[in-house]
Amino acid sequence: MQTAELRNTVHAILQSIAPEIDPTALDAAAPLREQIDLDSMDYLNFIIGMHERLNVDIPESDYQKLVSLDDIVNYLRGKLPA
Amino acid sequence: MIEFKLPSLGADMDQGKLVEWKVKPGDAVTKGSIVAVVDTSKSAIDVESWHEGTVYELVTQPDETIPVGTVMALLLEAGETPEAAEAWKRAHAAPATAATESMAAPAAAVTSPPGASVTAEPDTRARVSPAAAPVRTRATPAARKRAAELRVDLASLAGSGPDGAITIEDVEKCSQAAPAPVNRMTKMRKTIGAAMARSKREIPHYYLASDIPLARATEWLASYNAQRNVTERVLMAALLLKAVAIALKHHPNLNGFYRDGHFQPASAVHPGVAISLRQGGLIAPALHDCDSRGLDDLMRGLADLVRRARAFTLRSSEFSDPTITVTNLGDGGADLVHGVIYPPQVAILGFGGIRERPWIVDGVVRAQPMVTATLAADHRVTDGHTGALFLADLSRLLQTPENL
Repeated sequence: MQTAELRNTVHAILQSIAPEIDPTALDAAAPLREQIDLDSMDYLNFIIGMHERLNVDIPESDYQKLVSLDDIVNYLRGKLPA
Repeated sequence: MIEFKLPSLGADMDQGKLVEWKVKPGDAVTKGSIVAVVDTSKSAIDVESWHEGTVYELVTQPDETIPVGTVMALLLEAGETPEAAEAWKRAHAAPATAATESMAAPAAAVTSPPGASVTAEPDTRARVSPAAAPVRTRATPAARKRAAELRVDLASLAGSGPDGAITIEDVEKCSQAAPAPVNRMTKMRKTIGAAMARSKREIPHYYLASDIPLARATEWLASYNAQRNVTERVLMAALLLKAVAIALKHHPNLNGFYRDGHFQPASAVHPGVAISLRQGGLIAPALHDCDSRGLDDLMRGLADLVRRARAFTLRSSEFSDPTITVTNLGDGGADLVHGVIYPPQVAILGFGGIRERPWIVDGVVRAQPMVTATLAADHRVTDGHTGALFLADLSRLLQTPENL
């Protein structure tokens, strides 16, 4: 999966949880949770969404690596077959 | 003969608008089955039956706004014949008219003197109508449901379906054209305001706070979740709810209702979980039987409750059952909350944001995850001493998370 395609998928998952946001308007390099209101249940659903759509297992101990949208896309790239 | 009435849906939600029936005459219903969808100022609600029976007649029509307690449908009990329902209708037609008149605003539509409406075929529809007879909007059931979800007023739409019926496409088109549900937000703000004003007026609150160390709970939960699939992970919010529920079992005077001048303890622990809605506003439906459910089951129930609250598909029992409210400000939240009790409950428990803070253990200052728990409770029922014992119990329970 190409980076752009991966980014679109992450945006779609995010939008399914927070329908009011426009993911393309977010600063991809800045901390995600400082830009949109995601509580712990929303965040868990976001992780579950990535697990279900991309079949990627994200252990809880990796949450700290997933700060910005860029971090998330890079993390997923590393987990997915090239 | 069973009168299926619009149940109470919590403080200051005193009326509802029927969106659609989920049953038709002749259908069998059981306890807990969804009978109708009713829209209130806060949410669309799936109204459940508390009885077992067979639907005989649907009294309320879609789009009608009716007060709580209104007979919406007649159900036959096992073995009853239709004659029982007809007799009931004859017997109740006149008094019911009078009752509804005194309760609703000037009921211009119902002016016949008592007794005059006792005819072979009493118009049961007229007596539950609000002030003016409602104009029935033609719409498909799917369109009605969608309109409730999207907060679109059907009366404002022109239908493009057969005979001018409103279709699901008409509703969605309108929703896209006017996305701002201003009316709903205004109504919800008013509803919350009315309940909170009543609380502040009537309930003599007292407030307590306690800092609770969560190092053990955090570590235990991390190792618990490390062995699990992402879809089976448990959030701290669920663990906190479980601890609250067990502590309430030990302190039953904080769990129940103040009604008719005295406290009625609740037999079960159904915390109302405060859930903020993305478009603004707040709802606190019951998570049933928190004390007796296992942690995994509780977590699944919590996830399901949050999802349905945001999709506006909560059940009537979830609105009427909460025995206490629990509000959790979450990760990014403020340090603590001074809660306002939701009447007729007698307490509200709040958790602030969980953060690393300095805490002294065995004479040594250590950084560890902490939460400030606050309790606002009703002085008509308990004193601060009871509240303090409860908070101490809660803190103690959270130090042995493996037992929760």
